[in-house]
Amino acid sequence: MNGSDVTISRVGKSFGSFAALDDVSLDIRKGEFFSLLGPSGCGKTTLLRILGGFEVPDEGTVAIDGVDVVGLSADKRRTNTVFQSYALFPHLSIFENVAFPLRLRKVPPKVLSSRVKDYLALVQLEAHADKMPAQLSGGQKQRVAIARALINEPSVLLLDEPLSALDAKLRQHMLVELDSIHDKVGITFIYVTHDQGEALSVSDRIAVMNQGKVLQVGPPHEIYEDPATDFVARFIGETNLFRGAVVRSEGLLATVAIPEVGEVLVTTDDPVPAGSSVSFAVRPEKIRIAAQKPAAARKDLNVVKGAVDEPIYSGFQTKFYVRTEKGVTFKVFKQHADYSDKGPEIKWRQEVFLSWSAEDGTLVEVARP
Amino acid sequence: MTARPTKGGALYALPNALWLTFFFLAPLLIIVAYSFMKKGLYGGVENEFSLRAYALLANAGIVKVAFRTLLVALAATALTILIALPVGYNMARSKNQTLKLFLVIVPFWTNFLIRIYAWIAILGNEGTINGFLRSVGLISDPIHLMYNQGAVILVLVYMYLPYAVLPLFSTMDKFDFILLDAARDLGAGKLESIVKVMLPNVRSGLVTAVLFTFIPIFGAYAVPLLVGGKDGYMLGNVIADQVMKVRDWPFASSISMVVTFVSTIGVLLFLARQKRPGVSKEQAAALAAEAAVAAGGGR
Repeated sequence: MNGSDVTISRVGKSFGSFAALDDVSLDIRKGEFFSLLGPSGCGKTTLLRILGGFEVPDEGTVAIDGVDVVGLSADKRRTNTVFQSYALFPHLSIFENVAFPLRLRKVPPKVLSSRVKDYLALVQLEAHADKMPAQLSGGQKQRVAIARALINEPSVLLLDEPLSALDAKLRQHMLVELDSIHDKVGITFIYVTHDQGEALSVSDRIAVMNQGKVLQVGPPHEIYEDPATDFVARFIGETNLFRGAVVRSEGLLATVAIPEVGEVLVTTDDPVPAGSSVSFAVRPEKIRIAAQKPAAARKDLNVVKGAVDEPIYSGFQTKFYVRTEKGVTFKVFKQHADYSDKGPEIKWRQEVFLSWSAEDGTLVEVARP
Repeated sequence: MTARPTKGGALYALPNALWLTFFFLAPLLIIVAYSFMKKGLYGGVENEFSLRAYALLANAGIVKVAFRTLLVALAATALTILIALPVGYNMARSKNQTLKLFLVIVPFWTNFLIRIYAWIAILGNEGTINGFLRSVGLISDPIHLMYNQGAVILVLVYMYLPYAVLPLFSTMDKFDFILLDAARDLGAGKLESIVKVMLPNVRSGLVTAVLFTFIPIFGAYAVPLLVGGKDGYMLGNVIADQVMKVRDWPFASSISMVVTFVSTIGVLLFLARQKRPGVSKEQAAALAAEAAVAAGGGR
């Protein structure tokens, strides 16, 4: 099997007065595991249905390996889809479900049987070939759907929230399995999800979408560490986001005045002039929480005083909601790296000091004066 | 979860059981009994065992009508289903389901006979169609649209279409249309996806639709009588003639037995072939009962 490049250019699609997609352009590379990530109604599923041939865009083009496919119906494309609800044919056995595309093409019975067995083996379901879909668990149905979608040897596999109907444990497991199937077959995977955790863990690149627009495209760490907009910063992971203005700028070090927090030091990629209006973000796991005020050894350390509003213990970490003197709440995650049998050192309502260095914060949106 | 059987169930079924015993089972048994008796002089029967009524069935005229009845019923059923399938599909995918459902049911507000007479007004020599063709000058002498088998089939299809549309609609409404997308995605053409994926999954509705049309059509009486003429005569008409004109009740009963037998056996054979998903035992029983009722009480 070989993957294909998928080029989406300036695609728009409306349903009545609702603009599902607005001027969307994406370049998806051969063999890539590419995720379309966004909240429900952001247009990601519409885009996937356009790629699969189930919807026709109002404007723009979609090309697979440089060939425009907009006029081709689903059965004429080298794409296959794994549907959210699996869409297994209830009247056919597992074997026949997977064999369905081959029977349509009148593949000779011997070849058919060995191919179906190969693909059932790929998803580890050889033993269930004779069962009916209703007899399988959610995870097994999902795997049948994947085998059935792959048996036609598509060059692009489209996955529409394939794990959303599974429970959390199984989801993790299937995610790893999907990743390994992707490694084995080497074709392009386009994966639609609203779950940022899923997208971050398996994707080569992610496109974050909202309200029919693509907000940012990039590898997971870039999306996480360097969000392009406030929406991306809030949607991916958790963050502390404030609006403020740059009051001083020395090279790549800016001082941001945030009304609810005070003055905050932050390093930037390029110089940001004083007077810029900005949004500032710092991830909860990058903030240190301590009962004592940190020694002012470093000049670029930001320190905020507050009191614990809500400690949420979850084994490997504790999530603290800390209310500052000015009345804003910071989220802080503290990892429990060392063994402790003394119970929590930081308790409810305790006065604490939050600190992070200038490199750990980022300026998300910057409006230069 | 399944409900545990309780004694209450039998009690609730009692009114229905009484009703069916008096108004369905008893008449049926009387017909069976009459068919094995001697003809009374002026109608009625004489209490004496005889197989004469069954011997009469071998009569060439009866065999001919029986064959014609079967052909008409099969043709009308096939046409009805062919029309009902796209109608049901359209309704199931429609946003105006209530309106369309209403439109399918509206004809039931008018009496059965009046609707047949309406067709006479449309098809007759002085009817709407001939009137129109004459007024635009296409014809000078009327075309004979009535009193042939075509007219019988046309009106039967019209009469029984809702009985096929409703069960098809109700199963198609539960059908997951994503499955059609999946079939297309896997390489099936439009028609192929409907034949290979949709039809097998709406089989129970299809079976019900076939039975609800075939059985009553096989026992049809009023439609062939009013629009069929001599060439459209069906078994139902022969039975009526035997009762009311010839006054040969045993013969009428033996022909009724044939109608009942063909519909019931037909149903059972049909259901036997439809074992896997769909028709449950209860449904089969209900349908078999419906078959018998329709066959016995043809109109």
